[in-house]
Amino acid sequence: MARRKGAILWGVLAVAVLGLVSSRCAPSAPKGAKKGAAVSDVATAAMKVYVAPGDLDEYYLFASGGHSGQIYVYGVPSMRHLSTIPVYTPYPATGYGFDDDSKKMLGDLTWGDAHHPALSETKGDYDGRWLFINDMNARVARIDLRDFKTKQILGPIPNVSGNHGSAFVTPNTEYSMMASRFSIPIPKGTVVGIDKYATEYKGVVTGVKIDPKTGEMSFGWQIVTPPFNWDLGDAGKLASDGWMFWTCYNSERATGKLEVTASQRDRDYIAAVDWRLAEKSAAEGKGTMIGGIRVLDPKAIPGLVYLMPCGKSPHGVDVTPDGKWIVGSGKLQGVTTVFNFEKIQTAIRNKDFTGDEDGIPVLKYESIKDAEVPVGLGPLHTQFGPDGYAYTSLFVDSAIAKWKLGTWEVVDKVPMSYAIGHLCAAHGDTVHPQGKWLVGLNKLSHGRHLSVGPSQPESSQLVDISEEKMKLVLDAFTEPEPHYAQMIRADMLHPIEVYPKEESKHPLAIWDVKDAGLTRNGSKVLVKMVEVRSTITPTDFEVKEGDEVTLAITNIEQTTDMLHGLGLLDYNINIVVDPGETKTVTFKAKKKGVFPYYCTNFCSALHQEMQGYMMVK
Amino acid sequence: MRQSIEKVNRLLDAPIDLGPRILLVLAFVLLLPAYLTPLYNLTMFAPQYQDGLRLHIYSYRLEGGNGGQDIKEINLLNHYIGMKDLAAEDFTEFKWLPFVIGIFGLLFLRAAVMGKMTHLVDVLVLYVYFGAFALWSFAYKMYWYGHNLAPSAAVRVAPFTPPLFGYRKLANFEVYSYPAFGSYALAAVALCLLVAFVLAWREARRAAA
Repeated sequence: MARRKGAILWGVLAVAVLGLVSSRCAPSAPKGAKKGAAVSDVATAAMKVYVAPGDLDEYYLFASGGHSGQIYVYGVPSMRHLSTIPVYTPYPATGYGFDDDSKKMLGDLTWGDAHHPALSETKGDYDGRWLFINDMNARVARIDLRDFKTKQILGPIPNVSGNHGSAFVTPNTEYSMMASRFSIPIPKGTVVGIDKYATEYKGVVTGVKIDPKTGEMSFGWQIVTPPFNWDLGDAGKLASDGWMFWTCYNSERATGKLEVTASQRDRDYIAAVDWRLAEKSAAEGKGTMIGGIRVLDPKAIPGLVYLMPCGKSPHGVDVTPDGKWIVGSGKLQGVTTVFNFEKIQTAIRNKDFTGDEDGIPVLKYESIKDAEVPVGLGPLHTQFGPDGYAYTSLFVDSAIAKWKLGTWEVVDKVPMSYAIGHLCAAHGDTVHPQGKWLVGLNKLSHGRHLSVGPSQPESSQLVDISEEKMKLVLDAFTEPEPHYAQMIRADMLHPIEVYPKEESKHPLAIWDVKDAGLTRNGSKVLVKMVEVRSTITPTDFEVKEGDEVTLAITNIEQTTDMLHGLGLLDYNINIVVDPGETKTVTFKAKKKGVFPYYCTNFCSALHQEMQGYMMVK
Repeated sequence: MRQSIEKVNRLLDAPIDLGPRILLVLAFVLLLPAYLTPLYNLTMFAPQYQDGLRLHIYSYRLEGGNGGQDIKEINLLNHYIGMKDLAAEDFTEFKWLPFVIGIFGLLFLRAAVMGKMTHLVDVLVLYVYFGAFALWSFAYKMYWYGHNLAPSAAVRVAPFTPPLFGYRKLANFEVYSYPAFGSYALAAVALCLLVAFVLAWREARRAAA
């Protein structure tokens, strides 16, 4: 009996201990994980994103490629990668960076860090003409959406170091705006000790002028600023047209370990720049030429720049579709701040300032703020829907918050996997957002895909925003590293698929195989070549060692998809010519021998036979 | 015997009525679309050519679909089997066809104005001969292109004749060949002439009786 009692006692004790231990154990997954990090109704989601073979997507997504230097084109909702537009980095697949023209456009740099694509706009809506994209190396590029090709790289722009706050366009594409992330003594080449950072180092914001007909970019004007780290920007529209807004961090003007030194103040700034005044002042010849560009000093031009305090280390700044509000997101906060443009104007009129920074007035925060919206931790960027809703990405919370403009009420949240940066809604930064789709551009993807080793892909997630509740419907793994993207309705773009013969203006283009052949001028040799199924004409040619050889290759096809390549072995030459296109490549024939060349881009049943020989004697 | 020859002669000399004359003028009018619109259409589909490659044959020229691009594409593809390029210079028909159509127009008007049975018989017989010759000429051209393949061609195929009418599968291509509006207009011309002849002949016989 006693033994039995003892057994019961021991049993009870064991259960109690076990209970105690198990209740102190951490669960194996975070709360809510059982429902899935963001698992949506599978069948509905699948139906929404499935684009059957042969069917076409509804939207184009142009995502920046970060330090890959390229633009990647995806279809939405399938999120299929459709093509890559090389911009700042050679891309052997299209021969970009190998022919004379693209090599010249790239200059000495073979990398770029491309962050913020900007579709050209007319009256604040996408017009489908061009896509602009920044490079941290103080450059900006224009892609023509008629043929999806990079047409111009402007820069490096004088005095700019770290062109991050770019390539945002104004509502009629008058300007592509840029701002320096890193301050330096200007002009470039000046050396001043880092101890004089606060006074001798300068930030700049720049208006890059765009020709309204051709899209050709040129230096516009520049405004010198205190050495804040300018971050992101957005142009005012409708009510706030004529103004440009940029966030900054490090208004402390600190150096060294910025993660600490630049995070001391509770509020940094959003600069409000009256760009029409800048344009007018530059036209009147105000300011001085520094490094080859007209630089305006806000001290000398009252009304040019105002500073709006915004907490804390703000990252994204986004103007609402009606232009009435400016949304600034302090990345080290739990709220996003909404400023009222009308109140800003009133404060400016009433000189409602709390001080100045190197002569630039600082507006009184309380007078210009409409709301601090409790969206969640680490708000970064905001996009808009057609129905008065805003969508803000939350880096720290790893989620998207949906909230209502005017009532400032947060109505929904959807988790992102993981650590979302920018987000992109269909026409989400225009005066007419379309809603429907929202893409979260996440920084981390771990565990969401088959493992591919330590170099992990980026994750982009498609969210259906057509209903009250946001629904995550698809994971995609986009080329590194999408920062920002632009989403435009597919039927607004009408790219050509061949270069029409009638439009060929290349001086070295030939359209008849009879015209192909070699001409010599001293030690310069020009070989005009024709590519057409399935021969490269001439099929052989002879040059002398030390000659400067120019190959001018015309693809005389006028058929869609009939691309030809020209790879010259041992010479690092790899050209691809589209139907109707002419490209040249110039090189020194410095190796003696016999060098085969061949069509690299599979074209036809007799593609393998499409080859020839260069003899170097 | 002599009697019947005289009878035929009389009939041939007989004037024709208003009806057949109107039909002759109508035949003249119908020659116009025969000149302005294609006589034949060739359409070729393949897995790589879902939109089809199109060839329109007029009485005086060749026209490719897709702004002329299709004809270049057809020639490009045909060069693999050693077929000669479809070139306007090789179509002697383009030189004489418009001229002959013009002559017929004049002859139709002449018959309508002069209005004798004999004129009507002339144009009918000549036109039937012309029609038969034109058809043979077109068929022969098809045969000629399909049988004059360069022996050095990359891809050797057995000599063939593309379809004259209807569908045929040639390698990876579905080839459809059909007369086009111009040909139907030419056929309508023949019908007009035939009806005119029958009406006029009956009338003449009635008058003789």
